[in-house]
Amino acid sequence: MPTDFFGRVLEVFDRYGASMLQGAGLSMVIALVGTAVGCLIGFAVGIIQTIPSQKGDNPVKRVLLGVIKVILNIYVEVFRGTPMMAQAMFIYFGLFPLLGVNMSMRGTAYFILSINTGAYMAETVRGGILSIDQGQTEGAKSIGMTHVQTMLYVILPQALRNIMPQIGNNLIINIKDSCVLSVIGIAELLYKTKAAAGALYMNFEAYTITMIMYFIMTFTCSRILRLLESRMDGAENFDLATTDTLAYTSGMFRYQGEKKEEDGR
Amino acid sequence: MKGEMILEIRHLSKAFGTNLVLKDIDFSVKTGDVTCIIGASGSGKSTLLRCLNLLETPTTGEILYHGDNIVGTKVNAPKYRSRVGMVFQSFNLFNNMNVLENCMVGQTRVLKKSKEEARKNALYYLEKVGMAPYINAKPRQLSGGQKQRVAIARALAMEPELLLFDEPTSALDPQMVGEVLEVMRKLADEGLTMIIVTHEMAFARDVSSHVVFMAGGVIAEEGAPADIFGNPQNHLTKEFLGRFMKG
Repeated sequence: MPTDFFGRVLEVFDRYGASMLQGAGLSMVIALVGTAVGCLIGFAVGIIQTIPSQKGDNPVKRVLLGVIKVILNIYVEVFRGTPMMAQAMFIYFGLFPLLGVNMSMRGTAYFILSINTGAYMAETVRGGILSIDQGQTEGAKSIGMTHVQTMLYVILPQALRNIMPQIGNNLIINIKDSCVLSVIGIAELLYKTKAAAGALYMNFEAYTITMIMYFIMTFTCSRILRLLESRMDGAENFDLATTDTLAYTSGMFRYQGEKKEEDGR
Repeated sequence: MKGEMILEIRHLSKAFGTNLVLKDIDFSVKTGDVTCIIGASGSGKSTLLRCLNLLETPTTGEILYHGDNIVGTKVNAPKYRSRVGMVFQSFNLFNNMNVLENCMVGQTRVLKKSKEEARKNALYYLEKVGMAPYINAKPRQLSGGQKQRVAIARALAMEPELLLFDEPTSALDPQMVGEVLEVMRKLADEGLTMIIVTHEMAFARDVSSHVVFMAGGVIAEEGAPADIFGNPQNHLTKEFLGRFMKG
């Protein structure tokens, strides 16, 4: 066994690196699936929460919508308000056997992380929708769009852009927090680290490697999401669509000359 | 088709809580009319216009569109709105789309026109308001006057029967007011039916075929522009116009 710190780190990595990388891979997969499905749940819940209900509406529809909103509120409050580790134990060892649900460990991990992320995302999406200026809705209505069309083509694309930082936040939290799922036996990165550290009695060295691995995963994701955000924003400048060479513009050269087609009108 | 009745407003009232904003409004709009609604701030002009587009629900009264009442729960409001366009003080262009898409989305999604047809139509109206070179720009890259001209093109691209303008130049600086008014003047000349809430008195006098003066939630006086501006009868109208025309 080497006597210096870095030597020992390398030694641990040499012996358990493959196993830890496998664990890191699993952490990443669980985090990605949980965030993706969680976003879908969050969008569904957030969109339902913001459906307007007016006095003039059909009473059956209003009552039904009210009941659904209450149920969704309970879902959000319960899953935001209890620790994920406790939920994991409660669901995997209690609720699923009780209800006779036969779900694999991996499936349960996806499930728990998804509904947790969903609960947080629901509020984020609701906030994102409410943050879009009322004028956008009125503009869409004024050209005859229905509520669904307004949401789909005008509000949600803008809300999505606004909540991108929060989605990134959730992904990073999920990469790290997937480690609490080790309580139900998921062999993710932290689980593998514990095993390595225990076998070699080298906590400091093993956890150094783990810290670096987690950081590489989160940092890469946060950079990728930033890139995605700036792509969503589009170009800072635009090309003037004119072939008039006297027009004041610096970006004209890319314009192909589409104006010809409607000269006949 | 000129002279056919499009809108008939009967005994329209609107209350926000206990605050009665509009009281017993009656007036009508025929094809080709350019109606300007003038009056002090808070007199209910904008609320009236918003009621006409069902953005506000009238408390009592009827709005007859080609003889059919459109106030009530059984009315297909989106369908009605696709026939009656609106231009807002704050433009309300869709921030997630460029200029061309703004003018196309209503045609493709609401009127179910093909992409090519919508594009051709959008370009035609953008050309008309002088914004054709800017099709690739996003709203945030435009000035206020440019945004408003695009908003007008967006409304026109739906080929509405009637176009409502809610103080279209009030958020613009004086230099840009001119370019927007010029576009509106052109539309009036072409015979588009319009209802315009405005503080531009000279524009109202020159362009409109009918002027409605509102004060305190009621129509205080209405008539031909020459009568309202040249020989107002109501003392409120005299006072209001006196303040504007002096300068």
